[in-house]
Amino acid sequence: MSITFLLAQPFAQHALLAAALVAVTGGLIGPFVVTRGMAFAVHGTAELAFTGAAAGLLAGNNTVAGALIGSLVVAALIATLGARPRERDSAIGAILAFGMGIGVLLLGYYQGFATAATNILFGNIFGVSGTQLLILVVIGVLVIAVMGTWYRPLLFASIDPEAAEARGVPVRRLGLVFLLVLALTVTGAAQVVGTLLVLSLAITLAAAAQRLTARPLAVAALSVIFALIAADGGLLASFGASDIKASVFITSISFAIYLTARLTGPLLRDRRRYREDHHGHPGHTAPPQYEAGPEASAIAPAGNPAQPPDSRAPSGLGWPGEPSAGPGTTGLPDGNIPASRRSKPLP
Amino acid sequence: MTGNGGAAVSLRGAALRFGHHVIWEDLDLDVAPGECLAVLGPNGAGKTTLLKVLLGLLPLTAGTVTIDGRPPRRGSPVTGYVPQQKDFDRDLPIRGRDLVQFGVDGHRPGLPLTRARQVDAVIAAVGAQDYADAPVGLLSGGQQQRLRIAQALAGRPRLLLCDEPLLSLDPASQQQVTTLLNDYHREHGTTVVFVTHEITPVAVFVDRVLYVAAGRWAAGTPDGVMTTQALSDLYGTHIDVIRVHGRIIVVGGDDPAGHHHPDGDGHIHHPGHHSPDGEHG
Repeated sequence: MSITFLLAQPFAQHALLAAALVAVTGGLIGPFVVTRGMAFAVHGTAELAFTGAAAGLLAGNNTVAGALIGSLVVAALIATLGARPRERDSAIGAILAFGMGIGVLLLGYYQGFATAATNILFGNIFGVSGTQLLILVVIGVLVIAVMGTWYRPLLFASIDPEAAEARGVPVRRLGLVFLLVLALTVTGAAQVVGTLLVLSLAITLAAAAQRLTARPLAVAALSVIFALIAADGGLLASFGASDIKASVFITSISFAIYLTARLTGPLLRDRRRYREDHHGHPGHTAPPQYEAGPEASAIAPAGNPAQPPDSRAPSGLGWPGEPSAGPGTTGLPDGNIPASRRSKPLP
Repeated sequence: MTGNGGAAVSLRGAALRFGHHVIWEDLDLDVAPGECLAVLGPNGAGKTTLLKVLLGLLPLTAGTVTIDGRPPRRGSPVTGYVPQQKDFDRDLPIRGRDLVQFGVDGHRPGLPLTRARQVDAVIAAVGAQDYADAPVGLLSGGQQQRLRIAQALAGRPRLLLCDEPLLSLDPASQQQVTTLLNDYHREHGTTVVFVTHEITPVAVFVDRVLYVAAGRWAAGTPDGVMTTQALSDLYGTHIDVIRVHGRIIVVGGDDPAGHHHPDGDGHIHHPGHHSPDGEHG
C-alpha cells in the first residue's frame, strides 16, 4: 500500500487527527508536568488508565471510556492521598502497583483477541472507533480550553506557590484542576502510544523544549511542535512499515528530539561556560551567576557574586523616572529625563 | 478603641493559637504609613504566621487586624509580598522578566502574552536589567532576590511584607538587598514589615522592632527593645544583648548555644551571631 493511498483512507485520517490532538494536549501540559515534578504522577495515572481500559474492554469493548474513568479515579486518589510532593510519590507508587494487579486480573477474564492487552499497553490508534475518536476530540478541546484559560496563574503557581498564593492565585484549586487535565490528557495519549509509553508525549518533548529556551510561551510552543512531529511523524512512518507499531516510531522520534536538545541546548552551553569561568574559585558556594551572552558584553564582570551587576544604574536612589530627585519626593517624570530613560514612576 | 484609622497596619487584641498552642496573643500594634517595622524572634515564634495574617491567608483566632482600615484580603493590590529567600530550580523554564511580570498579572486568567510597561521600570529600579532575560535558575541568590522584590513592587504596593529576604545570602548580597529595600521605602513612603532573624543588616532602616518570643511580644525602637533588660523580661530568663562593632548579638544567658523553652518554641535566636549552631536552625 502506498502512503498516498493510505492517507486517503478515513481510518488513517482519523488516526492522524487523534495523534495531533494528543500531541497538542500532551505538549501543552508537558512543561507543567516537568516544572511541578509530576512525571511519576503521569506514569501512575497511565498505569491506572490501563486498569480502566482493561475493565472497559471486559465490560463493553470500550477501552477509551474505561481508561478515562480509570485515570479520573487515580487523579482523585492522588489529590486526596498525596497533598505534599514526597507523600504524593509514595501514594502514587502504592496505587499504581495495586491498580496494575487488578488490570492483569481483569485481562485474564477477557476472552477476545489476544492483541487487546498489547494494544492497551503499547497503543493502537487504528483500532479507535468513530465514537471513541469523538471522545478524544471532546477531551482534547476540553484540555486546550482549560489550559488556555488558566495558563498564566497555573504557571505562577507552579513556579513560586508562596508568592502566587499571596497574589491571590487559588494555588490548591488550580493543582486539582491540573490533576484533572492530566488525567484527560493521559487517557488520550494512551490511545496513541499506549499506557506504558504516555511519558514520551507528556514529558520527553517538554523537557527537550526547556533545554532550548526559558521563555514560558516559547517552551509551550516548542513542546507542542515537537509533540506534533513525534506523534504524526511516527504515525506516518508506521504507514511505511506496517509490521512495526506507531508507538515505536513515536517514542524513538521523541527521544531523538530530547537527546538533540540536551546536547545542543543553549542552557547547557551557559552552564559549561559558567563552570569554565569559575574555574579556580574554590570555596565559591553561591549559586552560579548568570553571564549574559556576547550581545550584552557591557555588563558587570562575571565571577564575582559580591559585585553588584547594576553598576550602570544611577547611583543612590536609582528609581526610574526620578533622577536627581530629593528624598521624599514622589518622583513624577520631569522634562529633564531623556525620552529613552523616561518610564512610568513606581508607586 | 476600634483601631487607629490612619494606621497602615493595625492589630488589636490579636491572638493566634493552633489548638492549645499559643503562637502569640493580646497583640496590639499600629504601624504608621511609611514606617518600617522589623519582626524579630526565635524560630516558631510566629513571625511568618503574622505575615500570613496580614496577607489574608490565615484568620486570627481572636482580635482584629486591618490594613488601611480594612480587613486583609488575599491578593490585595495594596500589599506586596517578598517570600522567604530560597533558590529557584536551575532548570526552571522562566526568565527574571516573567517572574516580575507575575507581580502585575500573574493571578489573572489567560495566556502570558502581555507585557506590562512597568515591568521594565521596576526591573531597572532594582538594578536587574542586565540579567532580567536570563533563566532565573542560573542567577545568584542575591540576583534572584532582587527579582522577587521587583515582582512584589511591580504591583505598586503601599505595604511591603518581606519574609526573611536575606536568608542564606552572603553579606555583600544582604547589604545590596537591604539598601535596595531601604531606598525604595524612603523614596516612596512604602510601609515595610520585615521579618528577619537578624537585626544587624537591617538596623539602619528599621524604625521599630516587634520582638515575639514564647507567646509574648515587645515593641519599640531598636534601641529600646534590643536590650538585655527588655529581652530578659520578654523571655523570662536572663538574656544578654551585646553590641560589638555596630552588630547586635543576642545570647541566651546560661546556654550560649540556645535555650529551650518549656513550650518547645526552640532556640533563642542569635541575631548577627555567626556561630555554626546559632543561625537559623
